Amino acid sequence: MTPESLVAASVAYVALMFLLAHAADRAAAAGRWRWMDRPVIYTLSLSVYCSAWTFYGAVGYASRSGLEFLTIYLGPGIVFSGAWWGLRRLVRVARMHRVTSIADLISSRFGKSAGLAALVTLIGVMAATPYIALQLQSVSMALSAFATPEHALPRNVSVWVALGLAAFAILFGTRNLAVDERHHGVVIAIAVEAVVKLAAFVAVGVFVIWGIADGPADVLARIDRMSVSAGGEGWPINPERWFTLILLSGAAVMVLPRMFHVLVVEASDEDRLRQAGWAFPAYLALMSFLVLPIAVVGADILPKGANPDLYVLDLPLSQGREALATLVFLGGFSSAMSMVVVSAIALSTMMANHWLVPLWLRLRQAALAGPARAPEDLGTLMLNARRLAILAIIGAGWLYHRMSGGTSALAAMGTVAFSGMAQVLPALVAGLLWRGATRRGAIAGVVGGTLIWTLLVFLPSLGLLAQPAMPAGIDPFAGAVLLALAVNLLLLVLISLMDFPEPAERLQSLSFVHAVAPDAAPGDGAPAVQPEALLTLAGRLWGNDHALETFRRAAESQGKGGYLPDLTPRFLADFERLLAGTVGAATAAALMTRVGGRGGVTVSDLMEVAGEASRAREDNRRLENTSAELARTAAMLRESNEKLTALSAQKDAFLGQISHELRTPMTSIRAFSEFLMEPDLPTEERARFAGIIHDEAGRMTRLLDDLLDLSVLEAGKARLKPGVFNLHDLIERALASAGAAASGRDFAIRRNIAAEHLPVITDQDRLLQVLINVITNARKYCSAEAPQIRIDCRRSPDGGTEIDIADNGPGISAGNQALIFEKFARLNDPARAGGAGLGLAICKEIMEFLGGSIAYLPGQGGACFRISLPPRPARRAENDENAAR
Amino acid sequence: MSVDVLLIEDEPSIAEAVRFILTRDGWGCEQWPEGTGALERIRALAPRMLILDLMLPGRSGAEILADLRADPALAALPVLLLSARGTANLPPGADRVLPKPFANADLRAVVRELLEQA
Repeated sequence: MTPESLVAASVAYVALMFLLAHAADRAAAAGRWRWMDRPVIYTLSLSVYCSAWTFYGAVGYASRSGLEFLTIYLGPGIVFSGAWWGLRRLVRVARMHRVTSIADLISSRFGKSAGLAALVTLIGVMAATPYIALQLQSVSMALSAFATPEHALPRNVSVWVALGLAAFAILFGTRNLAVDERHHGVVIAIAVEAVVKLAAFVAVGVFVIWGIADGPADVLARIDRMSVSAGGEGWPINPERWFTLILLSGAAVMVLPRMFHVLVVEASDEDRLRQAGWAFPAYLALMSFLVLPIAVVGADILPKGANPDLYVLDLPLSQGREALATLVFLGGFSSAMSMVVVSAIALSTMMANHWLVPLWLRLRQAALAGPARAPEDLGTLMLNARRLAILAIIGAGWLYHRMSGGTSALAAMGTVAFSGMAQVLPALVAGLLWRGATRRGAIAGVVGGTLIWTLLVFLPSLGLLAQPAMPAGIDPFAGAVLLALAVNLLLLVLISLMDFPEPAERLQSLSFVHAVAPDAAPGDGAPAVQPEALLTLAGRLWGNDHALETFRRAAESQGKGGYLPDLTPRFLADFERLLAGTVGAATAAALMTRVGGRGGVTVSDLMEVAGEASRAREDNRRLENTSAELARTAAMLRESNEKLTALSAQKDAFLGQISHELRTPMTSIRAFSEFLMEPDLPTEERARFAGIIHDEAGRMTRLLDDLLDLSVLEAGKARLKPGVFNLHDLIERALASAGAAASGRDFAIRRNIAAEHLPVITDQDRLLQVLINVITNARKYCSAEAPQIRIDCRRSPDGGTEIDIADNGPGISAGNQALIFEKFARLNDPARAGGAGLGLAICKEIMEFLGGSIAYLPGQGGACFRISLPPRPARRAENDENAAR
Repeated sequence: MSVDVLLIEDEPSIAEAVRFILTRDGWGCEQWPEGTGALERIRALAPRMLILDLMLPGRSGAEILADLRADPALAALPVLLLSARGTANLPPGADRVLPKPFANADLRAVVRELLEQA
């Protein structure tokens, strides 16, 4: 295996990862990300923690310092298995605030401080530089292990490695400006690489234990021998070093930009941590378990002076296992690649968001008087800024690699990075747990701690400063790191206690410490880089409905559902314009400046503006509502008045009719009774007048009966007494009754007796009332020479019953047919026989009450009425409805 | 025999009572039972006064009264209006109004007064 063919294999491997990431990105874009969005992918992506340092350096670490290498695994293991609730909290709060990086989280917690974000970014870049250098160095070292005099290593191989990794990071990390900063393709590639590096490492371990040594017992014996030879009393355990290293590695798994990125930013939800809580420590255990066997066997069989950092590779090579060595190389390459790519993506986001864009906004603010730029400028600027940042970060790593001479032990470079980034830890933990932590306290702590770290750890690691002198008996590294962290924590606590937080900080601290959504915080609406916060502010200014609609349309125009559009430059520009329409251009610009991450206007100012505008709008809307309500009430009153007027007119007409119908018989009664009081009235006159009085009194009684009947029917208070009856019997009784009531003329009755034998379910008294009324009317009004009444009965198609009653008289004129069922419908008929004009109105009410109908059938020769009965009486509800009318 | 009073009334029993009263007082009385043709009947009989019911089949008493007052030949004819709807909203043009039911003595007094004027 020549270095050239290894490079070719690496290129092929990178190409494979390209394809995989590309396919995953496409699937995600097509909405098929869900099936890949599994806890196992998340857990595997966390293995980005195991960089080339872990892959190669752990064995070297073990060879040099014994068991101390375990601290690198113990820290994350303790954090994941012991403090998973804390991680859940971290993920929940971070997702709630849509943070894009550790710098974003810290600055967001401390009042969206742009300075703090820039500072954390600086630490991230400083700490990552040796770390990236370490990856480049490990790949170069690994390549050099394959080099032979015939096949020399290509010159500047690390440059090409760096450029290749930068290309990968740029291609997949800066494709677009995703609002959630998630990179599905990269995550899938990392997960696959996690499997490759684990498989390679386990393969070497298995080969070493069973292929080179004689199984576990032999390996254990070698470990015993080595520990004895190392110090006589076994491997020394330096407590302050162990404590410091476990603390650092535990912090690293949360605060390293790449770890924060996979742990928090790429997490779709906090439940991912349920599986990762045990699976990630298990992954680390597998990786760490085989370190010691490889270290002791390597020390035993490899020539003295061989670099322990390369035992993993040298062992299979020394046995001529080129295929295994190639796999190991690819495993190490995977470790380096995933670390560099994710670090570059995370750091470039931080640099772009917290360095370059605020700088640009500041310049833009200065040039505000000049012509406005296109809104898309910002998006392109962001992407280009990130690409530049990736090149810069990886370039800096390469430079550090060159400057450190490529000789430093891998583990030392890793701990430099860890201890630098750990300066963020106090601010992070205090920010999540202590509401009293303030922005100034956090800045003081981070600045103080980082200064000490720079002087005592970072610069000495570059050889630019001498190692600090520590009191005797104290490990220089542990002492420097603990000092830096202690100063950091002390400054944070002291300054926070003396400080008073600003309104924005208080809002954010409430949200972070109690893990409540910022929207739920009282008085929220502070300007923020989250669309929710903009929506809340817009809601206060424009009213919730209008704001929701505006945001929904914006989201729709971006091809998104819901109410939260991406904060694209175009959206923000439109939003600023809309704001200007509400609060004025100056305030809107100030607000947007704030959104851009810069100070200038205090949150309380903005809250006040929003409050006033919202109050004015509220008052205005209340007035509009009130006047609209008044108009509605007025319209309702007008309508009611018209209805009442119409009802009143109807009532007057009705009372007039009743008055007339009552006064008419009363007039006769009064006149004739006065005659009766005269003593000299002839006897025969007396008898006749008494008869008239009697008849007229009967007429009044009938009228009152009819009126009562009608009012009961119309009010829906009539009681239905249904039963099953033979229609023939009812018709017989009706004919007898009507004949008795209107005797005098002989009517021919034509019936089909057989057809009358139909069972009907109805209220027989009410149906009889209708039949008698109609037959009596026929007898009264039929003026034919040979009067006759025809009665036809039949079942209707719907199962009901129809009764037609017709006479051979003149019938009712077309104009009057519509009136006959009205109350007091006095037809212009001098021949009417004393009826008050209520009979057919009552018939109509009764038939409706029975669920049927009565209708006049025109064109039947004489007057013809059709009485229709339903199969069974209608339910009560209909009558209730009538009553309601 | 000259017609002193023409009674336009559709209720047979009321018409009989009015006729009974007037005939006993010695007035000549004719009756017409509906609104239709009432005006022609008045012209044909040329009574000295008119007793007019307000609610009639065919044409109402108010319509007949209006026609009467519009006709120069009949404008001065004394008219007693009988109303079964009280005395509110009565048409103009009647010399006297009696609401139904009325006292026989009132009817006699009003008729005598109107006939003495005529």
